[in-house]
Amino acid sequence: MGYVAVKGGTKAIDASIKRLKYERLKDNEMLEVRTILSSMRGMVDRVMSESSLYSPFLAALAIKQAEGNMEEAVFLMRAHRSTLPRLYYSQIAESESMLVERRISASFKDIPGGQLLGASRDYTHRLLDFDLLFESVVENQRWIEEYKKDFERIETADDLAYFPKVVDYLRDEGLFKKYEPDNTPPADVTKKSLQFPSSRSARLQVLTRGQTGTVTSLGYASLRGYGQVHPTVGELRVGSIPIYVEHPNEVEKDEADNFYIGEIKITEVESFVPVTVKNESNEDELEFEIGYGVCYGQNETKAIAMSILDQCLEHPDSNFPTHDEEFVLLHVDSVESTGFISHLKLPHYVTFQSILDSIRQVKKEVQQDEN
Amino acid sequence: MKTESHFAFFDEGSKKEIRRAILKAVAIPGYQVPFASREMPIARGWGTGGLQITLSIIGKTDVLKVIDQGADESVNAVSIKKLVNSTTGVKLVERTQDASIIQSRHRIPEVPLTEDQILVLQVPQPEPLRKVEAREYITKILHSEDDYSGAWLMLFEQIMKYGKTSTGADHPVYVNNRYVMAPSPIPRFDNPKMHQSDALILLGAGREKKIYAVPPYTDVKSLAFDDYPFSVESFAGKHCHLCGATEVFMDELIDTETSETIYQCNDTSYCMDRLNENEEAEVKGNYV
Repeated sequence: MGYVAVKGGTKAIDASIKRLKYERLKDNEMLEVRTILSSMRGMVDRVMSESSLYSPFLAALAIKQAEGNMEEAVFLMRAHRSTLPRLYYSQIAESESMLVERRISASFKDIPGGQLLGASRDYTHRLLDFDLLFESVVENQRWIEEYKKDFERIETADDLAYFPKVVDYLRDEGLFKKYEPDNTPPADVTKKSLQFPSSRSARLQVLTRGQTGTVTSLGYASLRGYGQVHPTVGELRVGSIPIYVEHPNEVEKDEADNFYIGEIKITEVESFVPVTVKNESNEDELEFEIGYGVCYGQNETKAIAMSILDQCLEHPDSNFPTHDEEFVLLHVDSVESTGFISHLKLPHYVTFQSILDSIRQVKKEVQQDEN
Repeated sequence: MKTESHFAFFDEGSKKEIRRAILKAVAIPGYQVPFASREMPIARGWGTGGLQITLSIIGKTDVLKVIDQGADESVNAVSIKKLVNSTTGVKLVERTQDASIIQSRHRIPEVPLTEDQILVLQVPQPEPLRKVEAREYITKILHSEDDYSGAWLMLFEQIMKYGKTSTGADHPVYVNNRYVMAPSPIPRFDNPKMHQSDALILLGAGREKKIYAVPPYTDVKSLAFDDYPFSVESFAGKHCHLCGATEVFMDELIDTETSETIYQCNDTSYCMDRLNENEEAEVKGNYV
């Protein structure tokens, strides 16, 4: 009898899953979730951002389970997310209330409140550090103590300092339009599937969940030539913002009764993009618009790319694919793109038989015609 | 931190939401109802649409059969079965007649389904017009305006190019004389089984976030021109080398010993059933 590749599925799967576990364990090394949590910040942030589930602990667990495979870790988190009841929506969080760890502007040399580099890889030289091969806990602790000694000389301010937004400075000058805050409840694309034309809140939500590489690539494509957006990073800030939820049963809504449920670390980018608009006397005039990017954790490239794409999608009249909301929004999701690409590994012999039959029939017809 | 999963994986809110979409789909045969597709523990494109339907309609007394390209033992069918079983504990079967819910990828079983059964089909691309129009916004308008010239043109162009229509699986159908629908990539051979089906047919596209349905006893017509009628895959003169069946959809195999092309029922549970029947008949014959 002929060999059929899809027989014996149950046994094959069991064996395959065992083999997978063996691959993770075979060298007798074990990575603790807390080690991932405190030493793989970049990856934890990225997994949280792409899975749109803010939980560093679960992200670290997912990374361990996925053996560091990004798409797999995001996938695990997203699937877990589907089992969680959605109980509350948070109150609107203003990013002015951010406890800023890092804040830079490329538009101005000096900004009100000052530039704050914070922890950044931007100015490290990307040379492999072979000293890390011989790192020791004792030495690391000594280093930390030394480092903290520097803090002692710094005077602590009495008040919490919030940083003003760079754009406010330009708004006051009349270079940016002033808008009333639009506090209509945002669309939730995880509760109602994306419809076109989409609202800006839906677009931003899809982009912030997007796969880092894809969002970056599409933003890059737009910047390089396949788009009409040429931004300047007006402000990039990284820090934590507090999240509150309203009392679910209280009839009288009072902000003081809101519950603080924790803080989330985000990267926020406001890009300044010059656009041509018609003024009252129908003359072309230059004006600035804002491209907005925001994502969980410290994900600066993604946030900047997102701000470019946000601005692209605000101007759908352009012919570039980066300005086409269906093209961008339906293809940036990690779980969707990796899922559909990988489904090609599934057997397709019925569909293939079907098209084979079609081609054979067509060929037969052609031969009959020729004879 | 360790948690047990809920019955049928989803929280009840999610299930209700999906069931509402299903009800709407049944009420408007062939219309693609958007729904907030959840991420599942199996990959998008691997049957998450069908799986979400199955999990939201399944009850403790249901009996489930899952097939992938005709086979119960295909790895992905096994994987889906395992997931449903581990979150619901429902009984799993292979015999089509024994199942109350049949989730399938790319096939409708050979045994006619009954009123007591629900067929859940996994759909990769729910939009029959996607090949002629990339934008969802536009295809939605085309459906609402009953404008299916694109689908007709596609078939017409095939006739102009090849002398006949050259669709493979997923040949578009008219449902209830209103909506043109992608029947999912079932072979053309299975299209007629949708017409006036006794069983409810639910179709789910997880990645594309659409659910649609063919309610029982609904007209389903494959798109075709009067002078170029719809035709199914031909297995004329072929028979299953195991059970001897004819007029079923067959897999084409190469016999490793003789290098000859042989054929075998694609529907593995149908083939098994026939083999068992043959054996029973033989045994009975011997002892008469």
